[in-house]
Amino acid sequence: MALEHSDVLRAAHLARLGLASQDAEAYVEDLNQILSMVDQLQQVNTDGIEPLAHPLEATQRLRADEVTESNQREHFQQVAPVTEQGLYLVPRVVE
Amino acid sequence: MSSSIALHDKTLSELAQGLEAGEYTSRELTEVFLARIERLDGELNSFITVCREEALRDADAADARRAAGKAAPLTGVPMAIKDIFCTEGVRTSCGSKMLDNFISPYDATVIEKLRAEGVVMLGKTNLDEFAMGSSNENSYYGPVKNPWDLTAVPGGSSGGSAAAVAAGLAPAALGTDTGGSIRQPAAFCGITGLKPTYGRVSRYGMIAYASSLDQGGPMARSAEDCARLMNVIAGADPRDSTSVVRGVPDYVEGLKYSLKGLKIGLPKEYFGEGLTPEVEASVRAAIKVFEDAGASVQEISLPHTHLAIPTYYVIAPAEASSNLSRYDGVRFGHRCADPKDLEDLYKRTREEGFGDEVKRRILIGTHTLSEGFFDAYYIKAQKVRRLIRQDFLDAFDQVDVLMGPAAPTPAFDLGAHKDPLSMYLQDLYTIAINLAGIPGISVPAGLAGKRPVGLQILGPHFGEQTLLGVAHQFQQLTDWHRQRPEFGQEHA
Repeated sequence: MALEHSDVLRAAHLARLGLASQDAEAYVEDLNQILSMVDQLQQVNTDGIEPLAHPLEATQRLRADEVTESNQREHFQQVAPVTEQGLYLVPRVVE
Repeated sequence: MSSSIALHDKTLSELAQGLEAGEYTSRELTEVFLARIERLDGELNSFITVCREEALRDADAADARRAAGKAAPLTGVPMAIKDIFCTEGVRTSCGSKMLDNFISPYDATVIEKLRAEGVVMLGKTNLDEFAMGSSNENSYYGPVKNPWDLTAVPGGSSGGSAAAVAAGLAPAALGTDTGGSIRQPAAFCGITGLKPTYGRVSRYGMIAYASSLDQGGPMARSAEDCARLMNVIAGADPRDSTSVVRGVPDYVEGLKYSLKGLKIGLPKEYFGEGLTPEVEASVRAAIKVFEDAGASVQEISLPHTHLAIPTYYVIAPAEASSNLSRYDGVRFGHRCADPKDLEDLYKRTREEGFGDEVKRRILIGTHTLSEGFFDAYYIKAQKVRRLIRQDFLDAFDQVDVLMGPAAPTPAFDLGAHKDPLSMYLQDLYTIAINLAGIPGISVPAGLAGKRPVGLQILGPHFGEQTLLGVAHQFQQLTDWHRQRPEFGQEHA
């Protein structure tokens, strides 16, 4: 399942990772080497094997549906690039 | 006050005893290490941020606490923290340009616990960007050098922590281990590093790389020091739903371990092609020490070992691509200048903020999770992961611990591995342990030329007490953990 230049650009777009077309070329060979190594997995018979999502087979712990946190908006927004009136500012998305 | 040369060579436990006995104050001790960092770290590059003012303030507070008779076992000892743990009011960069300007608004749970104990934080140590690397050459802040040989890497990704401890710039440090990032740098730098069982130590506030694999743990001069740190940092955390609700044993008590009757398994797959003869000789000599002390040794097979690296390089990048989606220039971290629209903001912020290795793993992870590839890659890897884990469960039905090398070679030269794949293969002996979630420790076990060799000891889930006990007994019978590099020894 070798990757082509267009596949790298597609993955970059899905990841919202800026990548110029000429820069993507540099990743094609690296990623194909990695995927070729990963393709060893296809040789393994895993019929009847359940995927292991958690190394201890643990399931998500539930907690009581209670408010335990206080409002720290100002504290957390001190590290934001741009805020205004308690909101995070981004470029206009609705014309 | 004792001579500063003696102090920087002492273990954390010895330093704590000296504080308790009133031989020196925490401020005096902290000043010794800060002075060494100032003199020596220009060459090593093991710290990203040095917290001089905060450390001295905390040292004074520790001295006051001791004077009031309220000291805990590690009150006043200094240590370093891998710059992947959030520390309130201090830059937490994760080795990335993306977080170069990030002053964390909160403490990770382990940092809270260390602060409550009265441990003094000297600073934040260098690492491969977002913990992605096996050499510490992927940091935005430049590579770290190995104090045993400045032409060698310290290992990664906790290479800054390992180098700082090895060079006597800190008596201990926190690291994290996703595929070997505590054990391999500990081996390369001749120190002791423990990766606990997945879920044993809280991951809250530890910047996520691959959530089902990441685990924080101690790096220090001895197993005893790691045990003392585990007594502080281990335990369930209501803020981390992946932490395990289970009683925490006294790890220091567990050091009183008898090697008589210990059953050691040697995975034959860890002694095959690619293992450097000098590393194998040191590891086998170390195992002979255990046999002479009354342990028995048998060969074990972990038949899916060769699949660990391919499995890891599906699961870890997949989880990374998800975890790193939060770096979008909106709420914290780097933001590109003058974005023309929202997509431009995301794309240019991430293009500018991430380094090559991070981009490579995001691209692989995004591809393997994308429509049409998810089952063939991700689900397949999770199935093989179960087979790898089962190998360990079967092995621990037969033996108490497994032993082998932590890495196939001693520390390699800076720049030695140009292509990513050859670098990934360096983690052959560490990576399966994270997939299985079991604990592992690396202890110094010899030298190959002037570069250290690490013996890796593995145990069943929640077997840290045994690992620390076994490693401690080894360190009572050998002095490899007492060896120091020449670097920095002429400095006070």
